[in-house]
Amino acid sequence: MGYQDIKYAVSDAVCLLAQDTTPASFAKYCPRYIDGILVTVELLLLSSFIGFFIGALVAVGRVSGGPSVRSLAWAWSYVFRGTPLLVQLWIVYFGLGSLGEEQLGVLWPFFKSGWAVGLAVLTINTSAYIAEILRGGLATLPPGQYEAAVSCGMSRGQAMRRILLPQAIRVAWPAYGNELILLMKGSALVSTITVMDLMGQTRSVFARGYAMETYAYSAVLYLLLALFLTLLLKMVERRLRVGGYP
Amino acid sequence: MGEAIIQVRNLHKSYGDLEVLRGIDLTANRHDVISLIGASGSGKSTFLRCLNLLEIPTKGEIFVQGRRMPLSNPENGPAKVTSERELREIRAQLGMVFQQFNLWNHMTVLENVIEAPIRVSRKSKAEAIAHAQELLDRVGLSAKADVYPSQLSGGQQQRVAIARTLAMDPSVILFDEPTSALDPEMVGEVLAVIRDLAGEGRTMIVVTHEMGFAREVSTEVVFLDQGRVGERGAPEQLFGDPQTASCKQFLKKVL
Repeated sequence: MGYQDIKYAVSDAVCLLAQDTTPASFAKYCPRYIDGILVTVELLLLSSFIGFFIGALVAVGRVSGGPSVRSLAWAWSYVFRGTPLLVQLWIVYFGLGSLGEEQLGVLWPFFKSGWAVGLAVLTINTSAYIAEILRGGLATLPPGQYEAAVSCGMSRGQAMRRILLPQAIRVAWPAYGNELILLMKGSALVSTITVMDLMGQTRSVFARGYAMETYAYSAVLYLLLALFLTLLLKMVERRLRVGGYP
Repeated sequence: MGEAIIQVRNLHKSYGDLEVLRGIDLTANRHDVISLIGASGSGKSTFLRCLNLLEIPTKGEIFVQGRRMPLSNPENGPAKVTSERELREIRAQLGMVFQQFNLWNHMTVLENVIEAPIRVSRKSKAEAIAHAQELLDRVGLSAKADVYPSQLSGGQQQRVAIARTLAMDPSVILFDEPTSALDPEMVGEVLAVIRDLAGEGRTMIVVTHEMGFAREVSTEVVFLDQGRVGERGAPEQLFGDPQTASCKQFLKKVL
């Protein structure tokens, strides 16, 4: 059973349940909403996961890199936090994408896919925020934590991986939770570059009948997603909570 | 005269125009316990932190068991670390115990003690745990192996920090005011552990304000005065019959 089959199975199961328990105007388009949610969740999970690693790298570069690495890391955070996500999406998809197949060559499959561009931009955007959040977390740690590590003969990389980052993540976790929710809401913008995420599906359902409750259903679904993410974050937070953090 | 574990030659340290250390020489032979005393601002802690290059000295040489600390020649610009790898190897030989303990708060007591032996000395986990349990037993904390540092008193944290340092089997241990951050009632338990280490012939350099302790355990006491060695000697001599005016004055204030 492939990934696609799993998605269909989930959609079928949920919509069977929705048949008699939800308003007819929702039940009719249920598979579309569920498809949309799955695309949104997929983009969120992938972008937050990859973005976390890039963000950690940028944060480390920001606090312990050489002068050029530092300025590069600073620029990364500054540029991607300082411009609207919508503008970033449109620059890549409509701007760079308009160069077309001849000029983009092997990169064309990437630029022509709204999903791939959406994922890449969301990843980079969230990595910039994560970098700032982690940098803040690293800054709160007393210098003695690092000194104790290198005094035992650990390398700077070991001290970062084993001692500093694990503590910075604990300090930064609540702020990170905030960012994940913002990322979820921001992800609705990928619908403007043809991605059929929850917002994309909602717009297409609305176009079919102009039913006034369409967007309300979408809002409720986003709210449920936010609730789910909050619970997930709390669960991780409980596991991280050792030795007085946070 | 035993084998020299640490030799320091003409150590200088400046912060901008402020000269904190102005040429210090020191030799610690095997089994020596050297206490560094002096008023605050005399450079004791800076000196100790220069020994494992937590602070980079402006000038001077440091030898640990004959190996020169990898510092570039200061004649050609400010001194820099020339080999991170060599520095790591030498640091693994130099245990350090801090005033603020600096236990890693996200790890249990046991994890704190086994971390460096596993990551740095590449010991197996089982071996590291067995050694750690012995050491925790020795500092009287085997019952606390699975708790986190925040659940311990200051004195207990410092004893764990000592066990963490011992786990690396260092050839010399540097103590940076190990009891200064402790509540008075906890000073004794930590000093008892350090005294015990002195008794087994560990080579140690101790920055301390505990004069009674320095007098009792040291083989040599060094009085630092404005970044220089003001006076040095055997404890009974230095405490009993100080020669310089500044040392006399300092001892009068603290004793």
